[in-house]
Amino acid sequence: MSLQSFGSIIRRRFLESEALRGFSLLSPTLLAMVFGLAMPLLILFTLSFWLQDYVDFIKTFSWKNYSDFFAKPIYGMILIKSIKISGLVTLATVLLAYPMAYFIAFRVQKNKLVWLILITVPFWTSYLLRVFAWKVMLGYNGVVNSGLKSIGLISEPLEFLLYNPFAVTITLAHAWAAFAILPIYVSLEKIDRSLLEAARDLGENAFMSFVRVTLPLSMPGVIAASLLVFIPTVGDYVTPSLVGGPSGIMIGNIIQSMFGKAFNWPLGAAISVMSMLTVTAMICLFLWGTHRFRRRIA
Amino acid sequence: MNTNRPWWRPDGFAVYAMIYLTFIYLPVLFLPLFSFNESKYIAFPLKGFTFKWYEKMFNSPDMLEALMNSIKVGLTVAILSTILGLLAAKAVTRYRLPGRGPVMGFIMVPLVIPAIILAISLLILITQLGIPLSLWTVGFSHMLLCTPFAMLVLISRMEGFDRSLEEAALDLGENAWMTFWRVTFPIVLPGIVASLLLTFTISFDEFVLSFFLTSTDPTLPIYIWSSLRFPTKLPPVLALGASIFVISFFVVAFAEWFRRRGVKTDSTSGL
Repeated sequence: MSLQSFGSIIRRRFLESEALRGFSLLSPTLLAMVFGLAMPLLILFTLSFWLQDYVDFIKTFSWKNYSDFFAKPIYGMILIKSIKISGLVTLATVLLAYPMAYFIAFRVQKNKLVWLILITVPFWTSYLLRVFAWKVMLGYNGVVNSGLKSIGLISEPLEFLLYNPFAVTITLAHAWAAFAILPIYVSLEKIDRSLLEAARDLGENAFMSFVRVTLPLSMPGVIAASLLVFIPTVGDYVTPSLVGGPSGIMIGNIIQSMFGKAFNWPLGAAISVMSMLTVTAMICLFLWGTHRFRRRIA
Repeated sequence: MNTNRPWWRPDGFAVYAMIYLTFIYLPVLFLPLFSFNESKYIAFPLKGFTFKWYEKMFNSPDMLEALMNSIKVGLTVAILSTILGLLAAKAVTRYRLPGRGPVMGFIMVPLVIPAIILAISLLILITQLGIPLSLWTVGFSHMLLCTPFAMLVLISRMEGFDRSLEEAALDLGENAWMTFWRVTFPIVLPGIVASLLLTFTISFDEFVLSFFLTSTDPTLPIYIWSSLRFPTKLPPVLALGASIFVISFFVVAFAEWFRRRGVKTDSTSGL
């Protein structure tokens, strides 16, 4: 076999093989992701077993960062608090968003897109300014205090509104609202309306046909919305820094300080790994729970 | 159930919708209000109407430089991540790939990982490789975050269109490149525009990645972050925020007009 025909066979094989052509198209994206995602996460994991020595790392394997994590209860407590806050934010965001998404999907007859745009408009403002807006709302001379004072309900501004976990929760619930509405809306919009008619014809009342038909069928949207809100908010550090005060600190602030003022990158890496593991465990628990819930009502 | 009620007798859902819209709009609307307020403190009571913060906005070279940095990074990121997203979307919609699920899952990871963890991982990698931090490292991190979004938008557009159109072009003697240019590209164009807008917006507003991965050149969110600590620097930022808001309103209106035009040409080409 001549070299030339060998080459042409390879060329033909390549053109014939879907998988090869597909992967060669995919290769630039995959390469960027391997370099920018897989490698950094691996290095983060490795670093979490190293130690900080002034500006250098001691590159020998050590469990010290992890034993530090468990020895000082503050890290675990703040991680649990972050999960609690994010869980509460997710619950509030999804519960508030569901009726709105339902309204657009089932009650709005025309110009649905205008409604969807109407919902995303407030989110064109910079994330930082949206968070700051809650400082304006809840601050000492803010909207709520000035409003209450002008109608004579209070004589002195309330100071407990800002700089606590509650302020963090309401700010995050506001900042992530659109992320919850859109997936829930999409899953509601997909539901075949004849199924609802069938349920009504078979004698279910409006509420029961919602519980037994609409709700289970919209669960993929609810799950997507929950994950889209829960995961980024656990690690958020802008909101707790701006409106959280000392009692509203979250795990993102701790990680940031390890890479900033505290300057202990390996410990920061270990805390990040622990946060990721905990978040993953929470997600698995959540998916298992929703799976059982769906099987029970369907 | 689906009776058309007159607007003056709204049902419970419509009332709820109004309350919800108030909740998401109210806090945001106070920001432009304070950009016209005479006092430099963002607090009540209001002092009087002024345009001076808008004047000051044009005389803040630092802020305008940060804005330009954000635009530069945003445009580069939008183009690169849309190209990467387009290639990946074509690969997964057009070819039967073994391991499609895990590959897609891997590319989507930036969507389900807290930004701060992505940021510090990249910071460790970049410093270990000895690469200096700059707007390029910021742009690279934004590209990682934006590519999955671009891919999702483009997949939904590509799954919608009839593959036989491409096959017809190939049968009629066009080569692969011309088929892409004359058939695939025009059909996918609305998806490309949507992807460019979305990825630009994400990059333009991204703070955490930029904060960790820039050296001395601030992007706009980094500038805003620093001015949040100095209340007197804030009113021009609010003026800029309001201006950007108005501009994005027109961009979205234009995009919507463009999309509707796209839908129209789609329906006629279906004849």
